[in-house]
Amino acid sequence: MHIAEEQNERHVLSITVTNEAGILARVAGMFTARGYNIDSLTVADISPDHQLSRITIVTNGAPHMIDQIIAQLDRLVPVHKVTDLTDNGPFVERELALVKVNGIGEARIEALRIADIFRAKVVDTTTESFIFELTGPTDKINTFITLMRELGLVEIGRTGIVGMVRGKG
Amino acid sequence: MAEMSGADILVQCLVDLGVEVVFGYPGGAVLPIYDALYNHPTIKHVLVRHEQGATHMAEGYARSTGKPGVVLVTSGPGATNAVTGITDALMDSIPMIVITGQVGTSLIGSDAFQEADTVGITRHCSKHNYLVKSPGRLAHVIHEAFHIATTGRPGPVVIDIPKDVQVASAPFEKPGAIAHASYRPQVKAPAADIAAAIDMIAKAKQPVFYTGGGVINAGPEASAALRELVELTGAPVTSTLMGLGAFPASSDKWLGMLGMHGTYEANWTMNQADLVICVGARFDDRVTGRLNAFAPNSKKIHIDIDRSSINKIVLVDLPIIADAGSALADLIAAWKAAGHQAQDLSGWWKQIEDWRKVNSLAYPADTDEIMPQHAIAELFGATRGKDVIITTEVGQHQMWAAQHFHFDDPNKWLTSGGLGTMGYGFPAAIGAQMGNPDSLVVCIAGDASVQMNIQELGTASQYRLPVKLFILNNEYMGMVRQWQELTYESRYSNSYSDSLPDFVKLAEAYGWTGIRIENPDDLESGIAKMIATPGPVLVDCRVAKLSNCFPMIPSGASHTEMLLDPSQVSGTMADEAKALV
Ligand SMILES: Cc1ncc(C[n+]2csc(CCOP(=O)(O)OP(=O)(O)O)c2C)c(N)n1
Repeated sequence: MHIAEEQNERHVLSITVTNEAGILARVAGMFTARGYNIDSLTVADISPDHQLSRITIVTNGAPHMIDQIIAQLDRLVPVHKVTDLTDNGPFVERELALVKVNGIGEARIEALRIADIFRAKVVDTTTESFIFELTGPTDKINTFITLMRELGLVEIGRTGIVGMVRGKG
Repeated sequence: MAEMSGADILVQCLVDLGVEVVFGYPGGAVLPIYDALYNHPTIKHVLVRHEQGATHMAEGYARSTGKPGVVLVTSGPGATNAVTGITDALMDSIPMIVITGQVGTSLIGSDAFQEADTVGITRHCSKHNYLVKSPGRLAHVIHEAFHIATTGRPGPVVIDIPKDVQVASAPFEKPGAIAHASYRPQVKAPAADIAAAIDMIAKAKQPVFYTGGGVINAGPEASAALRELVELTGAPVTSTLMGLGAFPASSDKWLGMLGMHGTYEANWTMNQADLVICVGARFDDRVTGRLNAFAPNSKKIHIDIDRSSINKIVLVDLPIIADAGSALADLIAAWKAAGHQAQDLSGWWKQIEDWRKVNSLAYPADTDEIMPQHAIAELFGATRGKDVIITTEVGQHQMWAAQHFHFDDPNKWLTSGGLGTMGYGFPAAIGAQMGNPDSLVVCIAGDASVQMNIQELGTASQYRLPVKLFILNNEYMGMVRQWQELTYESRYSNSYSDSLPDFVKLAEAYGWTGIRIENPDDLESGIAKMIATPGPVLVDCRVAKLSNCFPMIPSGASHTEMLLDPSQVSGTMADEAKALV
């Protein structure tokens, strides 16, 4: 017997929640309990009175599963609103990465050159290393990292994605 | 404003919220609350023998009265013992409040004595939960918890209260109505959805109502509305295990339960329907059978208060997010306003009557052994004219009770559907009896299940609750044995109930009356004696050891592939079917 796999879609969900103890565990735990995927997760306080947080989750699944995920999120008591950015017209998604690259000689120069093309900032340097700071959509960061692998990449830190619908709110 | 201790605030809130009974068990972390309950003039505390018992009692109380059930347990093991009942209440949408004691706030996280991460453990098996860290928050949280437990799709809510919060004091003011910022269940259906539904129902040639526990949760008005709508439309009705009683079994429109152990007519009607009107049910795998063969030629309307139930398992044509009672009332009004008449469904009904003639619930006559189905039929007959509430444990006896005991009213049938919890039925009967002192409450149990919470015999004795515990004793975990016959060539791996106690003596040891029924000839008189004997009575009814529950849709099969009797059992199964639940 074999277990069949389904065709998945990537969706970015923006979830407004009450900023209370345990909320992240509630949301993240719902994903694990029901077998849904979390590819990226960010959370931060977004209101002046610290009452609300926004959680951005990148998930993937078959379309009916994405609908279920949204309905299951909506059902959690402290969840105010769930927006499927992927299904709501154009949206902006950004992620920040710190990438440490060791190198001397030609590789070091090449790394700097590529960083320039990607508009990555150098935020730390020694004679044998750089830390680059890069913001952008996931694809751009992935490409940058792939290139840096050949040039002495030693460490990566990524924030995960935040996203927002384009146009007037 | 008067200052009160956290424990007093809790108790005052319970009074303000109309709580009359608390099922609980004391311990270090709830001693302040127990002291506040000492000799309380209005709140009755039922001392259970095991915290799981308390949760199922609260469920039985809730399901039979429509009021939320309240549980009070200590930290650590008290809370973990409650987890099964909390999960059961979540699966079956039972309104329940579970108050757990917790170690003092300064000790949380230190592996203190009897510390457990109760909010962590119950996060995904409760509808919502709270850890209350200051007495000033308690009143609001308790009122909010009751609001959440009892509205929308009902469910269990856990309130974890550290011991220092019970002792410390805060100003108390009775909270007003709860206006929650993010929790706002949609109760009323959009008018356009109702109009679309009416249109579909009026056009259907082969409609069927498929109803579930949501109708019962929506209150007696919802059951009344269902009856009226069925009368108006003339369509047949089937229901899930949880929905039994919402529609009268004595009606000629009633098809019996559907699904794995449903009737031939219910399952064939679902299979051939051109319109399925699902009200407060959730397309559980025990109901649908093989999904790609489930009501294959039908349009589907799904009325549910929980949006996540919609399109979860089966894609529907018209989802309606609403309370079942509200939506049914709206449908009736819209049907009448449109001037629709009941359709001529005579062709459909003729077909259904042919299926009925198969008489799929027939069972062999007693030989020298009592047939378990016969025992239930006899119990049904003997209790006519009485206000009877039936609870069950889990197994064959549960399915036979669903098939052979017939319900005309809601809130009279209490069973663990979603979680299938052995150990539910007996405490649920005690809880139901607490809430309905004048009813005849009978738990139909199996010899294995009943041992899971048998300690509650003492609770019934202590509170003089005249529950009747009717054990269909086949000396097997019958349902497990049945599956082993179906799937594993009758290799009875660990399904024999060895070393059973002498149930009659056990009952007597707890001050109950014990009755043993062994011969078919004694069945009628034994049941009559059980009913006539005041106080709690246990009946050890010895039944045929090897009978199986039919009809049955085996795992992975469709509604049309029912096994009607043992001769159709092959004894083995493909791995794909074995892997299904
Ligand atoms: C807590 C729990 N453990 C295990 C099961 C699996 N199970 C389902 S039915 C059953 C046998 C029940 O036997 P009994 O109570 O004697 O009832 P019968 O089927 O013989 O009527 C078992 C073990 C369960 N439902 N619940």
